[in-house]
Amino acid sequence: MILPKIKVLLSHGKQNIPDLNKVELSEEFRGRPELTITDSTEELEAAAALCPTKAITTSPFTLDLGRCMFCGECALRAPQNIRFTTDYRLATTRREALVITPETRQVEFHAEDVDDKKSKLFRSSLKLRQVSAGGDASTEMELNATGNVNFDFGRYGVEFTASPRHADGVVITGPISANMAEPLQICYDAIAEPKLIIVCGTDACSGGLFANSKAVNREFLTRHKVDLWMPGAPTHPMTFIDGVMNYLGRKKR
Amino acid sequence: MIYHITDNLSKAIPLADIPLVEYAALYHDLEQRLQDERYHVAHYFARLEEGQLRFYLILLDDKQHNILLSSHALDYYDEVTLPSLTALHPALHPFEREIAELFSVKFGSMPWLKPLRFSADRLNRNSTIDNYPFYHIEGESLHQVNVGPIHAGIIEPGAFRFICNGESVLHLEIALGYQHRGLEREFSNDSNRLRQTLLAENIAGDSAVSHASAFALAIEKLTDFTPSEALIIERHIAQELERMAMHIADTGALCMDVGYQLGQVACEALRTMTINTTQAWCGNRFGKGLIRPMGTNKPLNSAKIDMIRQNVAEIARRYEEVRQDIKTSPTLLARFEQCGNVGRAEMLRIGGVGMAARASNAPRDIRLSHPYGLFGKELQHESVIKRQGDVMARLMVRCREVLQSAEYIQQLLNLYSTATATQQPDYEAKLTPEALSLSLTEGWRGEICHVAITDKQGNIATYKVKDPSLHNWLALALAVRSEGISDFPICNKSFNLSYCGHDL
Ligand code: SF4
Repeated sequence: MILPKIKVLLSHGKQNIPDLNKVELSEEFRGRPELTITDSTEELEAAAALCPTKAITTSPFTLDLGRCMFCGECALRAPQNIRFTTDYRLATTRREALVITPETRQVEFHAEDVDDKKSKLFRSSLKLRQVSAGGDASTEMELNATGNVNFDFGRYGVEFTASPRHADGVVITGPISANMAEPLQICYDAIAEPKLIIVCGTDACSGGLFANSKAVNREFLTRHKVDLWMPGAPTHPMTFIDGVMNYLGRKKR
Repeated sequence: MIYHITDNLSKAIPLADIPLVEYAALYHDLEQRLQDERYHVAHYFARLEEGQLRFYLILLDDKQHNILLSSHALDYYDEVTLPSLTALHPALHPFEREIAELFSVKFGSMPWLKPLRFSADRLNRNSTIDNYPFYHIEGESLHQVNVGPIHAGIIEPGAFRFICNGESVLHLEIALGYQHRGLEREFSNDSNRLRQTLLAENIAGDSAVSHASAFALAIEKLTDFTPSEALIIERHIAQELERMAMHIADTGALCMDVGYQLGQVACEALRTMTINTTQAWCGNRFGKGLIRPMGTNKPLNSAKIDMIRQNVAEIARRYEEVRQDIKTSPTLLARFEQCGNVGRAEMLRIGGVGMAARASNAPRDIRLSHPYGLFGKELQHESVIKRQGDVMARLMVRCREVLQSAEYIQQLLNLYSTATATQQPDYEAKLTPEALSLSLTEGWRGEICHVAITDKQGNIATYKVKDPSLHNWLALALAVRSEGISDFPICNKSFNLSYCGHDL
């Protein structure tokens, strides 16, 4: 029947975000933290001890976003030292760039690392194959959301495909469970050169909570060079979109 | 008495109070008892205790709202064979398979003794996930279709093997374990309570609130903490928001799989609104960071209450329009109705739980049978039950539950008073030593059961998790029997089960 459809359509209205470059997230959102050194390190020591993934070092004072679960508990323990901002621009080409210091005002993207050939080839069409290897489905759902009616990343030609044969790269989520190590490799091998590797989510960047679990096998990441690191628990769709746009040279941080 | 009787609201039970009985006694009791549908097993697991293998059984009595606990033991080097309970009651299959996988315990005449998840702790290292022993049927007219472990969409991995007779599915076998992260062991590897809380949030990211709530309850039962009413209400609201978000997401996914774009995009937008409501409350779209043991970092304030109230009302209004639209679209009904049937008896036999069970007229619902928080008190819960057991019934259960949750959230907000002082979480609280704590909650998929056993020092020595997916995967395998293989996607989406929740 047509009437109920018209109702749905009217209520639905327009949902797409008109300009993906202008998105601001809710003030509660925990994005890039800012660090401040204080004379007393007592609170900071307490925060570092509590951190579930040991992401914080106190001397020198650093916070590794690649390990951070964005639980925000450190900022509650040491509010003078750590404050979370809503900055979702966390993706970078270098793992080291995820380790932030009190001087950090933004996560450096390091555009000089980008392989020109890949970025040119994929600029107006990038098809990605997603492989979840122990992911908890939250980052996976956020990646799905990049293509939904709100974010509509497809408008820039960036989409996920079913077959690795149609893909220009792989997006890995999860700490890489040992039982997925081989399927991941097979999938990667099936993608034609040149190809991208994007690791998405804190679990994927460092193993996260499972960094020391013997059920995890991260050898894939030592065998291959990662093009983009994207922390988050889960990675927000905007972190992914911003990271890919930077890689493709369609945006500058 | 072979059981210690407790309930979902009681504190942890000293290990010494759990009866240690002969296996034969337990076997004969369960043989009888499980014939009555008021009983089902919430967990059955084994752990090493001083050279012994001790098996714990957690039995739920839905009618009396009781939980029955018992245990039996084996000398670690005992070469005995235990007669399999699965042979009598198939619902026990994942439990016996796990025990066999981890400890090489032999279950006599167990009909389906296959690896469960290829745990990193399995004894038989020759058993690897790439040589999973798939069931095989020979026949000239039959062919096999292998799907996975990596699937077409952005979704977790699992291997599906179909045996088809032409277009129709004769048999589907689902091999899981690809997502195994060694999660349960991580709970006891590190006593950092915050870390354990985050582990609970990561059991299944789409059920972060429900699993974290189960963890918080299990911990609180090991202390003398009583949550304030405000804290209880917040947890309820968070869980109902999670239920709404996922049921809406799956409504959209079902529409997508039958090529109905209007329903799909409308639901995508409504899900976004729901999870953004959660994000505006706690900073995370999945509610991570919201549920903490013995307190909260994210108490509600009047601005947030208004925001939730308005958003939930708007979502409910628009979602109801989508529901009406689906119900009056013959092309959708043609796909959803009489597809992927699981009958009531079958559902009960395999131990199906949650919304999938309720869609097959099997009234499994922890909110009713083993209430927690305000359920059974200020919140008088009524289960949404459908009879047909098909894709449409599962969709309609979801639809009604979204509207019901929206209703509950408004009621809960009316009860909420910002005046009550909310507690900060406590990650240092001492836990009762040598005790077993268990908590049950009803996540959007169904029954979640967490069990914590503490050692002499009050550290968590064993942590067991049961996600509703553990049993419901078999329901999916049964649902597709004799359906066209092209209907597999909608059957799958109508359950939307968790791989990581199963694999742990
Ligand atoms: S927010 Fe990150 S750094 Fe801070 S405690 Fe949590 S995991 Fe550690």
